[in-house]
Amino acid sequence: MTLQPIYGLILAGGASKRMQRDKAALKIQGKTQLDRAFELLSRYLQRVFVSVRADQTSDPTRAHLPLIVDSVEGAGPIAGIRSALAAHPEVAWLVLACDLPFVSDAAIEELLRRRDPSALATAYKSAHDGLPEPLCAIWEPAAAPPLAEYQAAGGHCPRKFLIRHGAPLIDPPDPRALDNVNTPEEYSQAVAALETLAPMQLKIQYYALMREQAGRSEETLETAAATPADLYSELAARYGFTLSREQLKVAVNSEFSDWSRKLAANDAVVFIPPVAGG
Amino acid sequence: MSFRFTQTAIDTESARRELQDLGSGGYVSFEGWVRDQNEGQEVTRLEYEAFQELAVKEGDRVVAEALRRFPVKHALCIHRVGSLDLGDMAVWVGVSSAHRGEAFDACRYIIDEVKHRLPIWKKEHYRSGNSGWVNCERCAVEPQHSHAEHRQRAAK
Repeated sequence: MTLQPIYGLILAGGASKRMQRDKAALKIQGKTQLDRAFELLSRYLQRVFVSVRADQTSDPTRAHLPLIVDSVEGAGPIAGIRSALAAHPEVAWLVLACDLPFVSDAAIEELLRRRDPSALATAYKSAHDGLPEPLCAIWEPAAAPPLAEYQAAGGHCPRKFLIRHGAPLIDPPDPRALDNVNTPEEYSQAVAALETLAPMQLKIQYYALMREQAGRSEETLETAAATPADLYSELAARYGFTLSREQLKVAVNSEFSDWSRKLAANDAVVFIPPVAGG
Repeated sequence: MSFRFTQTAIDTESARRELQDLGSGGYVSFEGWVRDQNEGQEVTRLEYEAFQELAVKEGDRVVAEALRRFPVKHALCIHRVGSLDLGDMAVWVGVSSAHRGEAFDACRYIIDEVKHRLPIWKKEHYRSGNSGWVNCERCAVEPQHSHAEHRQRAAK
């Protein structure tokens, strides 16, 4: 089986009834949620599009990005996903809602790594209710016909569709990663939470192969990385580390740590490549 | 203190004296030496490097575990860091105990866990002029290996 390439699709067509504002245009860390989501997926995927309704194509929040206009009947996320599958039937789609401000580089990497191309979709499992999160998921080309049937039969909920088809579910790297922002209160909480993350000083020490590849034994740096997993993604991109995160352990403040631990200012982080004492 | 590093040759005589105890009927030690070849390559020298702050904590935990699991009197592990020549001693483990059986078991437990758990790395320099970090270079080429698999392979 040949593995289809993956394009990105940002869903940003929602009416935002509870927010009473366009969620895509809300700013977090100085950027719109839509631009943040677009930049995140663009770090991993060759092509990324924004899903829009026909009446949104000249909207200033969206118009500067590559768009896929709904081409199928009906509204909602399923129409957006089906339109993307119709526009490029040969690729799989990493679908991401624009109102998930806590989705991190680590969450996207994990989803890409855990993709099951033989399923209709691979989705994160919600940390709140254990159900699939269809709007941070990879949808395979084979999902197009059953999605069309489901919608023709009156279905409109992509979550129910994934439950019905038994899509493989993976645990998010951080239980908060998929929290969405639906109300003005949730928005101001998210802004506050992400402000405290950004940016802080961390001390990184490098040993052995990591030291040689980083070209230094330690550094202090400003980063918005929330967890050691995010920090490793950032530094691996900068220094071209050859080891993947699965091959490493990590220590924070001279004790072994989880990759999903929330980092605090002035934490000392050490990435531990495979050991060879004795 | 049950685990420590040294930059210079390990003094096994004085280390052995730290374990002496009139209640002990025997003493078992293990010495790890620098070998002249590894996986088909001729080794000329080694460099050991450690994240000492964490390695000492983890090493102390390993020795404490051995003392809990096996009824031995005293145990100590010393690991060398820096540049080592062929035949040099890289690691030493000593255990004293009332009876020999548990002393052998505890010694084996300590060296096995130290090799697998402590953040210590070994760079081999080869006759060919090449060099490489053991367990790191090969798995960079074959990224399917994990810490756990190294452990299984090493245990064979």
